[in-house]
Amino acid sequence: MTPLSHYLILSATLFAIGTAGVFMRRNLITILLSIEIMLNAVNLTFVAFGRYLGTVNGQIIVTFVMTVAAAEAAVGLAIVVALYRHRESLNPDAFTALKW
Amino acid sequence: MIPITIAQLAIIGFAFFMLLNSAAIMVYVERKVCAFLQQRVGPTLTGPAGLLQPLADIVKLIFKEELRPKAADAFLFTLAPCIAAVAAFAAFATVPFGAETTFFGLLDQPVGLHVSDVNVAVLVVFAVSSMGVYGIVLAGWASNSKYSLLGALRSSAQMISYELSYGMALASVILVAGSLSLRDIVDGQAGAWFGFLPRWYVFIQPLAFLIYMIAGIAETNRAPFDFPEAEQELVAGYHTEYSSMRFAMFFMAEYINMVTVSAVATDLFLGGWHGPLIPVQFGWVWFLLKVGFLLFVYVWIRWTLPRIRYDQLMQFGWKWLLPAAVLNVIATAAGILYFGA
Amino acid sequence: MVFYLFAAIAVVSSALVIGQRNPIYSVLLLIASFGAISGLYVQLDAPFLAVIQIIVYAGAIMVLFLYVVMLLNAPREDAAEWDRLHPVRHPNAARFGAVLATLLVVQLGWALSRTLGVREAVGARADATVVSSVRALGRTLFTDYLFAFEATSILILVAMVGAVFLARREVDQR
Repeated sequence: MTPLSHYLILSATLFAIGTAGVFMRRNLITILLSIEIMLNAVNLTFVAFGRYLGTVNGQIIVTFVMTVAAAEAAVGLAIVVALYRHRESLNPDAFTALKW
Repeated sequence: MIPITIAQLAIIGFAFFMLLNSAAIMVYVERKVCAFLQQRVGPTLTGPAGLLQPLADIVKLIFKEELRPKAADAFLFTLAPCIAAVAAFAAFATVPFGAETTFFGLLDQPVGLHVSDVNVAVLVVFAVSSMGVYGIVLAGWASNSKYSLLGALRSSAQMISYELSYGMALASVILVAGSLSLRDIVDGQAGAWFGFLPRWYVFIQPLAFLIYMIAGIAETNRAPFDFPEAEQELVAGYHTEYSSMRFAMFFMAEYINMVTVSAVATDLFLGGWHGPLIPVQFGWVWFLLKVGFLLFVYVWIRWTLPRIRYDQLMQFGWKWLLPAAVLNVIATAAGILYFGA
Repeated sequence: MVFYLFAAIAVVSSALVIGQRNPIYSVLLLIASFGAISGLYVQLDAPFLAVIQIIVYAGAIMVLFLYVVMLLNAPREDAAEWDRLHPVRHPNAARFGAVLATLLVVQLGWALSRTLGVREAVGARADATVVSSVRALGRTLFTDYLFAFEATSILILVAMVGAVFLARREVDQR
């Protein structure tokens, strides 16, 4: 059986990869994909701890996280579509209307 | 343990081999049944009564030239039929097709006739067959042609719309059976009421059976729901630009999806491998007969009903089938709560 | 051993996701990553969650991403645009991002190393039967977490209405 620390290191790595993606990529859709990577890393942590502590609560929280991720992806992509129609660009740097 | 592993590997190989054969058999059955429905005889020249027709088709497909449009994305163009075929085969992995048997005492312990037995088997079939959508969407996109893209988008939108009703029909059966494992669901259908009426779930949940079959036909892009492949409107939809073995993969994937949907319907609604007159060790004979009957119904419907227009198809899926499926689940849940079954 | 295989697939796919020029390849690699994580859920005796991950994430959310990428026709970026925008051409952004990511991993590593029992095997303390039963999951979901469940259904309704409204085309004033 693999130790709990291995699962946690894997989750930390995935979370960091997702964060790096959000910072470094200049494409709105890839940013949303990186957010999904982060959510998955968190899900993995919950399930690992749930298994370790012998409780089913970990899986239940993951169910809710998945639902929220689905809702957020839908609304986020709708916003991306609306923005693209307005500006013809998927680069976040192109949307500077709210800058001071 | 060694004989058990060998037996399991043999069953896996046998299931894979039979799935491949079923695609070939379905080619022949489709041509013959469609011919008889249309008052003609179908293939008769290739072998006795045209029995070697599938072989001729396969040889033709192997020897055709492999084309790829220049502007097509090479990697995705080849990946798409692989995804479609793999999803089709993998969906059959958790479907049991026979009772536990020791093969006339060759084995120490009985082994069940399935590729793998997981306790969430129903959902695994659902999950893997929803991966088949990617094969179609990527095929349409990678071909870089307008007919392909339109066909692919229509087909995938249809598939994901009907997946909801499919899942709801599954949910009502799961409520009645009390388990997600296909083997448990089939074993709950053994025996008979009043000595002659088998305890199949189709008699308890007829609406769910109907919804499941309709959604299954829509999922596999067949029969009145094959608008995405409409030869008259879209050339050939998402597989317009495909030829030879890549096309054969799509072709095969469609037939194997049909077989999987029929097999799961048999397990869920028609009692799987239970039937009169044959001891349960040979129940796979009944299983084959029931699956064969459902496949015949598939072909029958295809060559009898006209194609539905796309917006009628989507309307039907969202406005009629899904509410009916949801009401069925609610009624089933209420019934179970009230009758305490 | 199986854990390391799935973990390697997940990490490599995720790392490739954020480095791809073509968003369609990013989406496909992310699906591969989700498949690997689903395998890890099976390792953690959560088969129901593994299948739900495939159905919801890889089968629905990623299809949505794929549709949007195709609708916006985003991937055909030409090489000059890509080179101009790639992170290594913006040294400040790339360095900042890399420093932050490393800092994050170090912080997480420190915090997690102080967790109790982190060196034990993940299945050491409790049996698998409590966790892997769908019946137990359903019972807890509908009794202890009932309010959250109902709230989630309203959340999904709101998201559906919002998505349809935000993405609609402006109607011309004819």
